[in-house]
Amino acid sequence: MNRQIVRLIIASVVFATPLAAISQNDGHGDGHQEVAHEDVHEDAHDEKFVPGDFIMHHIADANEIHFWGDVSIPLPMIIYAEGLGFDVFMSSDFHSEHGAHGGHGPSYATGPSTGVEYTKGESGVTAQNEHGEALNIWDISITKSVFGMLMILTLMIVMLRSAAKSYTRRPGQSPTGLANFLEPLILFVRDDIANPIIGKQKAAKFIPFLLTTFFFIVGCNLLGLIPFAGGFNITGTIGVTIVLATLVFVITSINGNKHYWGHLVSPPGVPALVKLIVVPIEIFGIFLKPIVLMIRLTANMSAGHIIILSFVSLIFIFNNSYGAVGGIGIGIFSTLFMIFMYFLELLVAFLQAYVFTLLAAIYFSEATQEPHH
Amino acid sequence: MGALLTPAFGTVFWATVAFLAVLFILRKVAWGPILKALNDREASIANSLREAERAREEMAELNSDNERLLQEARAKRDAMLKESKEIAEKLVSDAKAEARDAATKEIESARVAIETERKAAVAELKAEVAKLSVDIAERLLKDELADTDKQKNLVDKLISESTIS
Repeated sequence: MNRQIVRLIIASVVFATPLAAISQNDGHGDGHQEVAHEDVHEDAHDEKFVPGDFIMHHIADANEIHFWGDVSIPLPMIIYAEGLGFDVFMSSDFHSEHGAHGGHGPSYATGPSTGVEYTKGESGVTAQNEHGEALNIWDISITKSVFGMLMILTLMIVMLRSAAKSYTRRPGQSPTGLANFLEPLILFVRDDIANPIIGKQKAAKFIPFLLTTFFFIVGCNLLGLIPFAGGFNITGTIGVTIVLATLVFVITSINGNKHYWGHLVSPPGVPALVKLIVVPIEIFGIFLKPIVLMIRLTANMSAGHIIILSFVSLIFIFNNSYGAVGGIGIGIFSTLFMIFMYFLELLVAFLQAYVFTLLAAIYFSEATQEPHH
Repeated sequence: MGALLTPAFGTVFWATVAFLAVLFILRKVAWGPILKALNDREASIANSLREAERAREEMAELNSDNERLLQEARAKRDAMLKESKEIAEKLVSDAKAEARDAATKEIESARVAIETERKAAVAELKAEVAKLSVDIAERLLKDELADTDKQKNLVDKLISESTIS
């Protein structure tokens, strides 16, 4: 046990030293320095390290996959300018006014097919026509989260299809390879979430959705944990979780039986006056449930990222304020905490997928429950 | 911060399209076959277990059947042995009784024959004796009654002897 602690401390010293050294360099204004662990790049030499911006930059969605320093992969922009048509171009076409590559502050690009001037600012892309009037646009660009999501979904199809093939190839046999790895998760969703909560007969039609949701959330969560891989925060993107939550709401409402709606609109055995209070609350509740589902997942995943990034920021802050000694010193503790947080996040990645699937199953079961009194 | 809490149209659009597409694709190519395979396998395992249990029960039944048959055979053998012993004993005792009867009958007939012989002999003897006595008496009488005196004496003697009362 003691030996393990010693090892952990040594590891954290090893990791912390270059981190502190980098932040030292950064602090002295070497803007092109490649950052090893987490990136911080500064456009202006005298710009100070702002932890809030640094963290938000990482957890917010973006139009490119940013690895470290200047290394990033541009993603396609797909914008429909109302009345003018589609514009498809790469995000690397956006340039800051003074020629530097995108960073802080707005950047600009011209639509290749419509000639519209697009401005990318803090709150997304806006457009003006040649007269300087604001244009109505629909931005369906492949952002970082969308790209990650498509990657995970493709991976799911590939993996699960090959697993399915191995089942049909060896019917009745024990699973091998990928199927062997996925089977416990599939059985977990089926036997520990869907069947006991919804009931075996009714669960069958919900299981594909629950399985897809579970694997999707786990996949996205785990992708976000891979360091240097662009800092994906797919399940921390509200646009993704709102879709999952909406689907849960739609499926619950479609499958709601007479008993479910009856209890909602007119709970039996409740006095009329109380009904006046209860019914609006109940109706509010059916909307609240998926909203809570969405916020829980988004907040949990973003919070994990924020905590880890905060520990990284601590190193930079101390380094800038107290020099290398402060940086290395706090770096040891930060790294120790980050290692701890990584394990915690690994747990949370599965836990949140479980919680989301479990609650979805509970809502489905409420909607399909038969009267029992 | 606002960007974090406002769902972007593009993200929602792609998430809806992609997720639903994948949901339908997976339902066709993955979940269907996988869940079916899992159910089939579970059913076959349950079936095998049930069959094994039944085979075990049948085995036990067979064993008990065998035991019963053996028991029956043993009892039958014992009964047969006993029966044959009885028959043998009966045969022996019958033979003995028959022999005894035959012997008794023989002895009886022998005795009867002897008795008859004896009676015949006795009768013959009696006849002989009678003849002899008559002869002797004849000869005596011949001698006695050779003269009249002697006849008279005899008659007198006889008369006196046979006292008339």
